[in-house]
Amino acid sequence: MGITFRKETFRDDYTFRNSPEHIRRFPFPFNEDAYMYAVNIEPHVVGPKGSVLENLIDVDEHYVAEMQDRALVLAEDPLRCQSLPHMTLAGWDLLELLMEQQALGYPEHFTLERDGDRWRWINRPLGIDDTFTFGDTSTLPYGPMEYITRQSQGDFCILDQRDGNLWMDAGMVTTQADWSLDFDIGMNFFEWHAPVPLAHEKGIFTRALKFLTNIQQGKPARRLNWTMTINPRLDTSPENYHKWGPDRATVTPENVGEKVHLRVELQSFWRLPRSNAIVFPIRCYLIKMDELVTQPKWARRLHRVIRDLPEELATYKGLTRYRPTLVEWLSKLDDGSPTSPGFGPD
Amino acid sequence: MAAKTIISRPIYGTLSPQPGKHHLFIADAEGALAIIDMAGKAPPGFFDGAEIDFIPGPEGKHIAALEALKPAQLHLSPSFASLLPRLKQTLTNAHMGLRIYLAGTEGLIGQAMQVALEAGVDHTFMQTEHRGSLARRMQCVHCKGITENVTTQPALCSHCGLLLLVRDHYSRRLAAFQGVCINAEDRSEIPPMEEAFP
Amino acid sequence: MSTGTTKLDVVVSDVVPVNELVTRFHFRRRDGGLLPTFSGGAHVVVEMRDRDRTRLNPYSLMGSPLDTREYTISVRRDDVGRGGSLFMHRQVKPGLEMVISYPVNLFSLDLRAKKHLMLAGGIGITPFMAQTSQLAAAGGNFELHYTCRTASLGTYADVLQQRYGSRVHLYHDDREERIDLDRLLSSQPLGTHLYVCGPAGMINWVRDRAASLGWPSETVHFEHFAAPQPGAPFDVALALSHKTIRVGEQQSLLEAMEAAGVDPPYLCRGGVCGQCETNVISSDGKFIHNDHWLSEEDHRSGCKIMPCVSRFEGKSLVLER
Repeated sequence: MGITFRKETFRDDYTFRNSPEHIRRFPFPFNEDAYMYAVNIEPHVVGPKGSVLENLIDVDEHYVAEMQDRALVLAEDPLRCQSLPHMTLAGWDLLELLMEQQALGYPEHFTLERDGDRWRWINRPLGIDDTFTFGDTSTLPYGPMEYITRQSQGDFCILDQRDGNLWMDAGMVTTQADWSLDFDIGMNFFEWHAPVPLAHEKGIFTRALKFLTNIQQGKPARRLNWTMTINPRLDTSPENYHKWGPDRATVTPENVGEKVHLRVELQSFWRLPRSNAIVFPIRCYLIKMDELVTQPKWARRLHRVIRDLPEELATYKGLTRYRPTLVEWLSKLDDGSPTSPGFGPD
Repeated sequence: MAAKTIISRPIYGTLSPQPGKHHLFIADAEGALAIIDMAGKAPPGFFDGAEIDFIPGPEGKHIAALEALKPAQLHLSPSFASLLPRLKQTLTNAHMGLRIYLAGTEGLIGQAMQVALEAGVDHTFMQTEHRGSLARRMQCVHCKGITENVTTQPALCSHCGLLLLVRDHYSRRLAAFQGVCINAEDRSEIPPMEEAFP
Repeated sequence: MSTGTTKLDVVVSDVVPVNELVTRFHFRRRDGGLLPTFSGGAHVVVEMRDRDRTRLNPYSLMGSPLDTREYTISVRRDDVGRGGSLFMHRQVKPGLEMVISYPVNLFSLDLRAKKHLMLAGGIGITPFMAQTSQLAAAGGNFELHYTCRTASLGTYADVLQQRYGSRVHLYHDDREERIDLDRLLSSQPLGTHLYVCGPAGMINWVRDRAASLGWPSETVHFEHFAAPQPGAPFDVALALSHKTIRVGEQQSLLEAMEAAGVDPPYLCRGGVCGQCETNVISSDGKFIHNDHWLSEEDHRSGCKIMPCVSRFEGKSLVLER
């Protein structure tokens, strides 16, 4: 039995929805009633059946619609996908990883046939059947990174490892939470994280870098991050901030449930074998408040987290303008009763 | 405005003579004074293997003082754009061991570093010293246009006309600070424009 | 979370004497599958079960990263060392089942380089075997300068010359051939990266000259796995595990911890990767630091030790393990 892919949009009429099964599997990011930065990194191993961790590269009911949205973004702004010249080999590494993982997890939708360096890739949901020579860019319609990331959910950053640091030297970034690949490409780990408040002082990035530079082949790691987005908009880039920014002023007590979305990033980190680079897939999951509060534990906990969030973090995450409205709306669903430990719904 | 600086904001030092036989200086206006100050600490014969590319600016000062250092070559350019072809050629023909020193305005340092990075020189290996104006080169994140000599906060994008917050977030690759629309969420909010980078 | 690498179950598929000192070993997966892809400069740690003793030594992979049906390593026999190379030469025969680590690369190519300049000394040639294969396949620009004692000890010099012709330059000590290092380093185009692997003296010499001639440290890459040195036995108290252990003359501190059931993480066992860095709680005596990981300041402070290669002489040592 395969996935039934939804026909939906992430712009204009915003028809994006989660099915009831997808609400249950949503990667709710809070395991307690408060939030603060932490180096919350753990091994990226397969999780329970029916969760977003069932496969290490997750494909879900939004796959086809997300890939269509990505194609629209790239047509408007090709600078969302860039690779510095020395990163082509890492692009091939990524192509291999994503083809292998998608074919392994979803054999009914994806097939990879390898005969030496002659590869055949079948992507049924997108109607693709291509034969190419691994390592020969001229046999693909795009560079290897762009080719495979036009067929994989989530943003992808490829980090070159040099001089004890990681360098953001390639990426496909069309669903970002307000950062610009075009501006940040070529920066090191500390530089591209420079605008993040509070975490530098806490030494978070120094420890995270030490961990990431030691990631070994065959032993990926992961962490969750989160923010909020008004309307189920994937492309919340700084490039288009002047277009989506005004949405933040449209939140009213009546439309909170429909408009305000929790946006969770499942970030994973993998050592790439040929290039010795690290790939950092950022898989974005959206859920509107109406869907989220169908799980009473999540409603209570989210109320407490947003209400008590430090002001700097609220500003950084862009919540300032509508936080009071959201907290007021959520407060009606919080009777003050305790929440059970852990992420999952009760 | 964001008073505290951030890690991507470049930090400039003080030029000091480096080991090696070949030295390339690129400076504009008051940047000449950084070279002259450094010369006092340089070993004898240091400038025998040095080239100085200097953009004097409208006031045309400091040329004689640079000549007095007796560099192997002193080249004067009216602007960075006019220096660019020569600089690229110099770097194409250069060998490992060349030391690079950049001094003057932030825009000059950034643009010269950008060319050297493309030639394969690591940024940590270039000596820099800021002298003169604090005016910034700014890239509008929305239309991608570069506005030169930005002195105000916020600033108008000279290409698309959006009112931009000039951030401290800096890209060496673009040699520019990032400008992001300051009133995107409500265009009727017009914060006052203040002189911030004289 | 734990660090370190996954293990691979392999079988020795071939043992080939290369010259009077060097023997090459081929490994295949026991299940017949492909081995993990690796990048030029990577090493594996080979587990040697020698009766009641397990030795773990790192060796550079020297095959082409494009062919992962087998891994190959070359081992130089060291008659006065701690016995790892002698074990490989005497005990390891085709068909022997062994365990090796996943590949780890602590000496990777900087692919931004406009040119890769490689300097090898002796058995330090092995990582360059893989790196040149990788670069040649991708049309990369490289030049290899290889110093060996005699022509007959110039391991793989013939293969390299056959493959790459004038890109390979040989220097034989017995013919008084010496690399003109200053001239070589002064004539490289901007954007060149330098890689050096060989004896410690050679690495230090090259790094020193490159720095004097104005090469940025970011462009100078070197790999030198220190072999643990034998020394006087010493006692160590491990505070967290409430154990006191004795480090034997031919044993490293890391090996002694492992023998006592304490397993610090490691990747290289050669003082390079930093994984097994251990805090010193108290000490009365002298440290013999042999690693390339800790700073000079760390060495002087006596607050940290790399148990894979460093030793201790004195009255007492208590470690946070």
